[in-house]
Amino acid sequence: MQKLPGWMKWCLHSPKFALLLFVALCAVTATGASQLYFRGDYKVFFEPDNPQRKAFEDMQNIFNKSENVSFLVVPKSQNVYQQDTFELIHNLTEDAWQLPLSTRIESVSNYQHTYAEDDDLVVTDLINEGQYTRSHIQWVKDVVKSTPEVDGRLVSRRGEVAIVNATIQLPDGDQTKEVIEIADFARSLEQKYEEQYPEHDIYLTGMVIMNDAFAVAAQNDAQTLIPAMFVVITLMIALLTRSIVSALATLVIVASCIAVTMGLAGWAGLFLSTATVNVPTMVMTLAVADCIHVIVSFRQFARQGMAKHEALTESLKVNTKPIVITSVTTAIGFLMLNFSAVPILADLGNMTAVGVMLACLFSLTVLPVILNLVPMRVPATKKESSSRFERAGDWVCLRYKRILPVSLVVVVGSLFFAGNNELNDIAVKYFGQASTFRQAVNVQEETMGGMSNIDFVIYTDEEYGVNDPQVLDKVAALTQWLNEQPEVHHVTSFSDTMKRLNMNMNNDDPAYYKLPENKETASQYLLLYEMSLPYGLDLNNQIDINKSAVRIVAVLDNLGSNEFTAFEDRARSWFAELAPNLRLEAASPPLMFAHIGARNMQSMVWGTILALILISGLIIIALRSWRLGLVSLLTNLIPAAIGFGVWGVLSGQINMALSVVLSMTMGIIVDDTVHFLSKYQLARKMGKEVNEAVIYTFTTVGQALVTTTAVLAAGFGILMLSDFRLNSDMGALTVIIIVAALIVDLLFLPAFLMWLDKDKRNSRGNEDELREKN
Amino acid sequence: MNYVKKISLIWFAGLLAISTGIQAKDDAVEKGLEIAKERKARDTGWDNSVANMTMILRNAQGQEATREMRVSSLEMQDDGDKALTVFDSPRDVAGTAFLSFSHAMEPDEQWIYLPAIKRVKRIASRNKSGPFMSSEFAFEDMTSFEVEKFSYEFLREDKYNGEKVFVIEQTPEDEFSGYSKQIVWIDQEHYRVRKVEFFDRKNDPLKTLEFEDYQAHEVNGKQFWRPYRSYMYNLQTGKSTELSTNSLEFGQELDESDFDKNSLRRAR
Repeated sequence: MQKLPGWMKWCLHSPKFALLLFVALCAVTATGASQLYFRGDYKVFFEPDNPQRKAFEDMQNIFNKSENVSFLVVPKSQNVYQQDTFELIHNLTEDAWQLPLSTRIESVSNYQHTYAEDDDLVVTDLINEGQYTRSHIQWVKDVVKSTPEVDGRLVSRRGEVAIVNATIQLPDGDQTKEVIEIADFARSLEQKYEEQYPEHDIYLTGMVIMNDAFAVAAQNDAQTLIPAMFVVITLMIALLTRSIVSALATLVIVASCIAVTMGLAGWAGLFLSTATVNVPTMVMTLAVADCIHVIVSFRQFARQGMAKHEALTESLKVNTKPIVITSVTTAIGFLMLNFSAVPILADLGNMTAVGVMLACLFSLTVLPVILNLVPMRVPATKKESSSRFERAGDWVCLRYKRILPVSLVVVVGSLFFAGNNELNDIAVKYFGQASTFRQAVNVQEETMGGMSNIDFVIYTDEEYGVNDPQVLDKVAALTQWLNEQPEVHHVTSFSDTMKRLNMNMNNDDPAYYKLPENKETASQYLLLYEMSLPYGLDLNNQIDINKSAVRIVAVLDNLGSNEFTAFEDRARSWFAELAPNLRLEAASPPLMFAHIGARNMQSMVWGTILALILISGLIIIALRSWRLGLVSLLTNLIPAAIGFGVWGVLSGQINMALSVVLSMTMGIIVDDTVHFLSKYQLARKMGKEVNEAVIYTFTTVGQALVTTTAVLAAGFGILMLSDFRLNSDMGALTVIIIVAALIVDLLFLPAFLMWLDKDKRNSRGNEDELREKN
Repeated sequence: MNYVKKISLIWFAGLLAISTGIQAKDDAVEKGLEIAKERKARDTGWDNSVANMTMILRNAQGQEATREMRVSSLEMQDDGDKALTVFDSPRDVAGTAFLSFSHAMEPDEQWIYLPAIKRVKRIASRNKSGPFMSSEFAFEDMTSFEVEKFSYEFLREDKYNGEKVFVIEQTPEDEFSGYSKQIVWIDQEHYRVRKVEFFDRKNDPLKTLEFEDYQAHEVNGKQFWRPYRSYMYNLQTGKSTELSTNSLEFGQELDESDFDKNSLRRAR
């Protein structure tokens, strides 16, 4: 048996001093937690050099920003063309200018309609104050129908919804404070108008509201999941150890792990996001698993009649190595999240890795100290569970020839169903149906079609290039092509504005609803139009200052990642053929999300492979056996295969959080394998035959494997309660893989060992012993 | 008795405090108006001028765009000035001429001549708050200063680049202005505007305008100061516009007949 390291002994011998040190450490580091802050903008999902993010930010610097708050005004009569709705829209439009950081408010009311009157160009709001008469309403309705810039964008095509859209100029960096302020203001407007106009519902959508929803989701998780987790683990430990003192001691360890982890995160300048807010839950889960090992063995030894101090020392002796190994492998798995293309998932990995190592340290030092100091009784109970595991081991040994082919079928079947999975990141669909943001998105989807936009920018690299008739023709052609695509709901294009201006300049003759014939005319029309627009309604969001680039905004269905990027490719290649000498760029937040899944998956492939190599290498070193190390490779990969197979059947939707589950779970599930294989190896060294060794392994570690799996499954299962899809999916898939790992370790692994070692029977253990003696 | 005395004393003190507060506010309004009137008085009598100007637009990405123009101005008594602007570049809008009669309270009257179609169009719009030539200057920033356009409040005396200045707040009277208020730095010696801070409709800082390189011109024995360089910076979007005067002449013998629809066609 191995000896206990000196510093661990020291802890047991000078408990008061060790505790004091522990408390001081916690106090110092945990204060860092006060520096943690919530960050709720969608940019936390993207690295600063993410190509789609960069393209979008460049576009925002050239044109005006397009972060927005949208008020969906839904009259209960399903018809916006009525007096009180007009009044509501007009007043809300005016009030929306008060939204913090707003730079532009657009609605059907302040749309700058142009028409000809004698030799004048009249530019006017569609609804001025007091213009709510029936004849005016009818006029507006006619104008809207003939104005593609409004129809389908500011009023739904069937006329049942109107939109007041506020463009917001958010500062760079952390915007959470501003976002919350804006969202609160928007909600107060929403409330005010719903009260004033009870025949209307108002919903809030837009990027700023989505950012706010991210912050709300993170806070909800923090407020519901973490307390739920505390309840679950307290119950769990009390049940498993049947000792309140043990449960309390574990709680102390768990709480201190969380406090120190979050404190260190605060000192390191990290922030809380929808991903990292669940670090406490994960750390708690993994810490409990460590504590349970120590406590269960301690009680076993105590039951055998050992003194408390002695039982603790023995427990530490048998548990130190497995706990250290599993903690290191778990930490490696989590550290590999640094490969992720999603920065907050990397943060999640780093924080949890630190938490895991702290849990390892505390459960091996502080936990025994506490157990030693507090008085506790150890009732002697019968060991009936071990005989149950003995029978189970027997059962497997008898049927290993059948288990193996069945396992093979399961693995092949899983791989087949895993093919059902497809990458899908639609940010608005991360939010559960209970979230008010999601409800607003649903309403918008039903009435306006989707809300996923792609901004296309055509660069001519020439001053006033956008007014070149050849370029304008291409812009109009792209606009038409986009409009013809079934997934497109609306296109905002400068070519429509230009056509209308040409008509206005020719006394509103519909025959002139076409592009001007030469560049000078187009440029001068544009100048005329720009000179007549009021504050906040200029064309800066469509045309750059040199008039060399033009932005066309297409609004699409809320498509899955693959369809969305496929659409982007289709548009790009269509345009490349149409106008090979013009440069087209496409960017938007939905496009960023559509690309992140694939990008993250690619980068995680390397992280996962590295995790696999490191973890297997560690096991080979720990078990000092190539064979068993390679066997562990199988038992690590099969649960993942099963997990993704089951996921393919259950859901089939892989979001950015799921791409990291493989690497994350590998470090956790290897725990089972290490325990199983080390005991098996021990039995073989003791000269037992293969089936005896398997049964021995079942009786010694079966209970512990089931217990830790139950704890881990419960802990990660808590994440499934999250209303935020990234977290609930991550929890669900992790639970599936952890449970699959237990089944694989209890069925496939012994069967596989029986088959692998069948020729050697007794000889192998002796060989190993011989080698060790040399 | 003593008690009543005490009460009435407190009352009196309170009333005094309130009334001095009101008095102070009235004084500030009075003083602000005085300064504005003096500013206008110092700038009255220049009659007409012709300037050659360059406008450089910059966006947050660092791109630049240049516009060249000639501006003829005619001073009007008891009304906003008249201005005729002819654009020389960019090439595609060269020859486009823009005529505006600015008014203190009513919408400005505006006509534009488009050489491509050889037609004059009147623009009927509430565009006072809108950008001039897609720059950071709004129309209302470009038109002449009239006392009745704003209400005033004197804020403080201060120093600006070493010169003693008045700092006053002016609130637009026109509901179609894009601003909730402006804070103006006016030097005490010549009553020239040195700096303006613009606040948007929700009272957030929107833009700053700085005037540099003031030069004196003598017209009929009176000195008129004109900034040769002004720099407008949008605090919200990071965009900026630099307006510089290349040449400026007074006494060009212009009259109202040079500022009507017909003159637009002749302008080149």
